Amino acid sequence: MTWFSSPTDATRRLADVGYLTDDATATIGYLAGALGKPLLIEGPAGVGKTELAKAVTAACGADLVRLQCYEGLDEARALYEWNYKKQLLRIQAAASDDSTDIGNVWDDEIFTEEFLLTRPLLTAIRRTEPTVLLVDEVDKTDVEFEGLLLEILSDFQVTIPELGTIAAAARPFVVLTSNATRELSEALKRRCLYLHLDYPEADREREIITSKVPDLDQRLATQLVDVVARLRELELKKAPSIAESIDWARTLIALEIRDLDNDAITSTLGAVLKHASDAERAIRELRLRTR
Amino acid sequence: MPRFRSRPPVPPGLLDRHLEFLAALRKAGLSVSLAEGLDAVAGLGRVGWGERETVRAVYAATLVKRHDHRTTFDTVFDLWFPALVGDGVGDEGLDHPDHLDHGPDRIDLDQQALHRRRQDGPEALAEYQSRLEAALAAADDPELGRLAVEGTARFGAMPGRGEGMSSWSAHQAMNRIRPGELADRIAAALVAAGEDTERAETLTASRIADFTRRVEDDARRRIAEQKGPEHVADVTVRPSIDRLDFLAARRTDLDEMRRLLYPLSRRLATRLAQEQHARRRGPLDFRRTVRASLSTGGVPLTTHHRPRRPHRTELVVLCDVSGSVAHFASFTLLLVHALREQFSKVRAFTFIDHVHEVTDHFRPGRDIVETMEELSASTAHAALWGRTNYGRAFTKFAELHADALGPRTSLLILGDARSNWSDLGLDALTTIKAQTRHAWWLNPEARRNWDTGDSAATAYGEVVPMVECRNLTQLTDFVHDIV
Repeated sequence: MTWFSSPTDATRRLADVGYLTDDATATIGYLAGALGKPLLIEGPAGVGKTELAKAVTAACGADLVRLQCYEGLDEARALYEWNYKKQLLRIQAAASDDSTDIGNVWDDEIFTEEFLLTRPLLTAIRRTEPTVLLVDEVDKTDVEFEGLLLEILSDFQVTIPELGTIAAAARPFVVLTSNATRELSEALKRRCLYLHLDYPEADREREIITSKVPDLDQRLATQLVDVVARLRELELKKAPSIAESIDWARTLIALEIRDLDNDAITSTLGAVLKHASDAERAIRELRLRTR
Repeated sequence: MPRFRSRPPVPPGLLDRHLEFLAALRKAGLSVSLAEGLDAVAGLGRVGWGERETVRAVYAATLVKRHDHRTTFDTVFDLWFPALVGDGVGDEGLDHPDHLDHGPDRIDLDQQALHRRRQDGPEALAEYQSRLEAALAAADDPELGRLAVEGTARFGAMPGRGEGMSSWSAHQAMNRIRPGELADRIAAALVAAGEDTERAETLTASRIADFTRRVEDDARRRIAEQKGPEHVADVTVRPSIDRLDFLAARRTDLDEMRRLLYPLSRRLATRLAQEQHARRRGPLDFRRTVRASLSTGGVPLTTHHRPRRPHRTELVVLCDVSGSVAHFASFTLLLVHALREQFSKVRAFTFIDHVHEVTDHFRPGRDIVETMEELSASTAHAALWGRTNYGRAFTKFAELHADALGPRTSLLILGDARSNWSDLGLDALTTIKAQTRHAWWLNPEARRNWDTGDSAATAYGEVVPMVECRNLTQLTDFVHDIV
């Protein structure tokens, strides 16, 4: 499976499905497919890390297998699990039926495909169709879980003691996202291509906003991008990201605000800034309060 | 692809350049493994060497796995893969003062001097400044790039006596060009274009700073071209911001550190919470385990445990806020405060030669910048005569704020232990220490500087264990350990 034929092809096809990239992102996206290496994306919340995985899925006509990570996620919920209830029933059925030997049931029958519950990681490996595997917020997991990912990310195979090693039928396009709440291990990082997504440049952000919110007129979009850029220059607890800019654009449409003057900004600031102290600071620094 | 002028120490060739580049990155503190180097080559094999920015993107994606290493990476990349060589193409009109191809001799130098006067007279400068002004006002990116290159070549050249001895100085170039003098006019132009006054000033300042940075980059590139990138890398590659010494930090670094502080504390808090959850399994909860075992026919397949009671300490921070170590103190205070939910109570005191309580300045949800400003404003309360006197500060603390200490308190003292040769007040410190559960002393100076001059590090270190804490990494590690 070739994912993209060149970086420009990646830019074009991602743009077709509504994800506007910059050159670096497109190049690395192309490489991740071409070299068959997992892609580790870091960056502030709301800059489109998860969206990139979804866009690759849509652009390549693949299916998305998603593993949402959380604290305490373990093998049984990420990789595979034996359906022990079903196994128990099978053993009991065999015991009541005198003709079969229980020893045989134990070995040959209950550890087969039939009793295997596949979880996202194994599912992604076994699929023959093009697959994008999204391991979302990998920094939320425990350090031990990273060890589990290593075999999958470097060799695209899973070892199940009772069944043997299952190798990937077709290499999935693996995307890992992280908010960098904790430092990932060197071993994991070494196996990945690394991409830091940051707030976009003004022009690209305007394009993104107008493509997501087509009703917004150009002048208002320019004003909005300008104000958001100025907000990012302030020292805020949470600088507004693209997701917030888009929310803000939608808010403006809903409230039918045609011009982003100081009053309009002050009254709708809640859409972009989520801390009270941030809002106060913005009002003071941008001199929004009408005198 | 960049064209490399052959220099004797470095043979031309992409592979050598690649290997040298990796070695330089490692030297600058990035851990680049062999496998990552191979990935980079494989990646470059796919996309080709045609575009410099693509090459940069591929190298960054394969070699740099931490975002805070990116600045270091970019500096090293610019040295090993410069955007252009010499004055580049398109600047043919500009005569180079120092022709490398021609053997230099004395007669040549005279001619060069003549030449330079023509290139570099007051008229040329005025003409250059007017072009710069226009470009800055219009934020014309490519033109600014060209002007930076031209400016370094014309005004920053320091011709040497022979080949390889000439050099370039960004400092000299900026002194001649004086973009600061253009600031007012640029700001005026921006105001005319519809920006408000204050915004215009910030914009102007940031554009001039950006231009200065470009000139510095270009000077570095030219020096690297002549003396070899290794030479420049040793001098100019700075440690990443989290490893930068507090005491060596410049103004801009301090701003950047402050910006890092909030995300840093958030990250630390998450890590602490996670670690506490991992250790949460306390003694067996018998009742719940038996109840749960009913669904599996009385076999206790899963055990349940009581949560462990978290242990929280009271923290008292006592910091020296005299000039040299003030920033270190405020960073530590902010970090400790950001983690206040990990402690049952935090009290903060500042001192120079008198003690002043600053706990009130820290309120939940306060803006970091404001807090820092208030802190520095309150410094005056901590001084009577303004000369650091640890002995007096400890005595006063024991006298006035003994109520802050108790058997559950941990005491944190921040300072460089330089007491201006005055009485050390060791007795007072011993008394204070005896009243607390734990006590630590954080010293922002490098360990090799302890006990030099008026530093009483060992004397104090015998009473209270002293820890070296020079940068943000060490600081977060320490805070993590005491929690």
